[in-house]
Amino acid sequence: MKLERSSPATALRKSPSGVLGFDEITGGGLPRGRATLLAGGPGCGKTIFALQFLANGARDFAEPGIFVAFEESSRRIVANAESFGWRLNQLRRKKLLFVDAQPNPDQVQAGDFDLCGMLAGLAHQAKLMKARRIVFDALDMVLSLLPDLAARRREVYRLHDWLRVRELTCIFTLKAGAGEPTFTSPQPYGFMQFMVDCSVILTHSVVLGVSQRNLRVQKYRGSSFDENESPFVIGDTGFNVAISRILGQADAKVTHERVSSGVKRLDTMLGGGYYRAAAVLITGVPGTAKTTLSGAFAEAACGRGERTVIVSFDSDGSEVIRNLTSVGIQLERFVKSGLLRMVSARTITGSAEACLVRIKALAVAHKARCLVIDPVSALANSVSEVRAHGVAERLIDWSKSERITLVCTSLLNENEGQAVGDSALHISTLADTWIHLNYLVQAGERNRGMSIIKSRGTAHSNQVRELILSNAGVTLADIFTAGGEVLMGTMRWEKESAERVAKEVAEVAGKLKLVTLDAQQAELQVRLTAVQTELVAKQVEKTLLASTTASRKAVTLRGSERMRELRGGDAPKRE
Amino acid sequence: MSRRPVYKFRLFIAADTLNSVQAASNLNALCKAHLAGRHEIEVIDVFKDPKRALAQGIRMTPTLVKLTPGPERRIIGSLTDTDRVMQTLGLDADAA
Repeated sequence: MKLERSSPATALRKSPSGVLGFDEITGGGLPRGRATLLAGGPGCGKTIFALQFLANGARDFAEPGIFVAFEESSRRIVANAESFGWRLNQLRRKKLLFVDAQPNPDQVQAGDFDLCGMLAGLAHQAKLMKARRIVFDALDMVLSLLPDLAARRREVYRLHDWLRVRELTCIFTLKAGAGEPTFTSPQPYGFMQFMVDCSVILTHSVVLGVSQRNLRVQKYRGSSFDENESPFVIGDTGFNVAISRILGQADAKVTHERVSSGVKRLDTMLGGGYYRAAAVLITGVPGTAKTTLSGAFAEAACGRGERTVIVSFDSDGSEVIRNLTSVGIQLERFVKSGLLRMVSARTITGSAEACLVRIKALAVAHKARCLVIDPVSALANSVSEVRAHGVAERLIDWSKSERITLVCTSLLNENEGQAVGDSALHISTLADTWIHLNYLVQAGERNRGMSIIKSRGTAHSNQVRELILSNAGVTLADIFTAGGEVLMGTMRWEKESAERVAKEVAEVAGKLKLVTLDAQQAELQVRLTAVQTELVAKQVEKTLLASTTASRKAVTLRGSERMRELRGGDAPKRE
Repeated sequence: MSRRPVYKFRLFIAADTLNSVQAASNLNALCKAHLAGRHEIEVIDVFKDPKRALAQGIRMTPTLVKLTPGPERRIIGSLTDTDRVMQTLGLDADAA
């Protein structure tokens, strides 16, 4: 048999599993052409993982596969996996083969045996369908039939050699759980851990009544990997391993684009709005209009034509819409047009991790660009703090890498943490913009105050504003400070109206003065004109007088000359 | 007792592996001792004829299939546990 030439030994080649998150943990998938051990207790998801590895390989990576079922019948396995939508039946025709190898209950065992029969059959099939991947599900079932440890060891090595020659990428699944000490202890299958190139352990535990699944890569020869336990869930589409950060991806797509918060003055306070793909946290005690503020954001987003998902843990979607309508936020039309998807998260049960996965799936299915989670603190219920923090971190990392603008509200306990403003899940340290809402009780009133605690990369207003909800919408009002005290509500209104009256009085007085001055000016003008006219008359009179005098003089002169002529006494003289 | 049934066997072996060789010799010895003149053994090497092994659902080798008489019985292993083999084949009562 001619062997396929493997690539130079410089780099270990990997077979992508196509399992969400797993390929990131292992840096590309399972070791190609080598064996991987998948160990875990009952109900951990070993079979699902292995089957998904095969299905993805056959469908997406052109690597046909064989599934050898030692425990459950292949028909049941396929039926159980039906809900994941992997289209196994389509793949089964050419690219995916199921081999039933359950020990027959009627079969009698007399003496030692080996797996050659199965391997011979499999070799034939593998060659026929050019299989590149193979899964031996519940190998312990067949190994336990072998009479002694030496025989088990021998058969496992036989299997290993068989795989190596054919360069098949293989997964063995083995039962190993707290309930079955025989399989957890190094014996009898401990040697398998040493034989395989990669070992993955799945656990399933219940913490505070909530199911927690974890996956851990125990070893991976020739490759680096994430050594920590990673929570995973088995969701609608199969396995989904939570990973905290896809290196080099979360930070890659930074933008300066702004998106409106839905409240005009808030946009101004933030210097234009939230950043696109930012994580915004709105904290506050109950009833401080957190939902309203996030609703305003959703309305603005839908108004721009961006697909949006609102996940509401507190109330039903239609209730939220109705309640928001009362403050002038109209979301119904967007739900009808399909832009907005309301999700009542009370229907999402399970661990925080499962919630996160569900939310992600919903957002991806809706192709959301904006996501509202109200309140995100609900995720912290019934999970340990460390885990909840991880969930929040993953939520934010994920939304950033997907370029989804995320608005989370977080409920603060009125008695504690209000002064500090610390929020559950410690999400506040991760959020880009943190808006805090609180009540100011003063003069028999409870008024909502809003302040921006932080907003990364943005010059933001330092002022506390009053948040006013009316049926016309959400507005922010400046607050008055008088004598070092902040005035809100009626007191602010009183102050405002007093100022307005004073301003009006001053305006009127000013107008009056202007009119008086106008009149005086007009009067003076008139007087000025009269005097000017008189002056002109005087000038005319003066000119007239001068000319009259001259002519009279001339007449007089001429008359005296004439007289002299008439008298004829004197000679004419020149003047 | 002249018309005692003829035993038809099919033995699936994996070439000359230890277990298979053992099974073949154990079967031969058993037949000689208890079924002289009334047995047929067909030996199939799974490496030479994998299709047939696959079609028959042979997973472990060696596997002995008793075709007749009566219901089909399968015994896996090297057939070293003679009592067990005899019992399964219904030869214990027969021999007694």
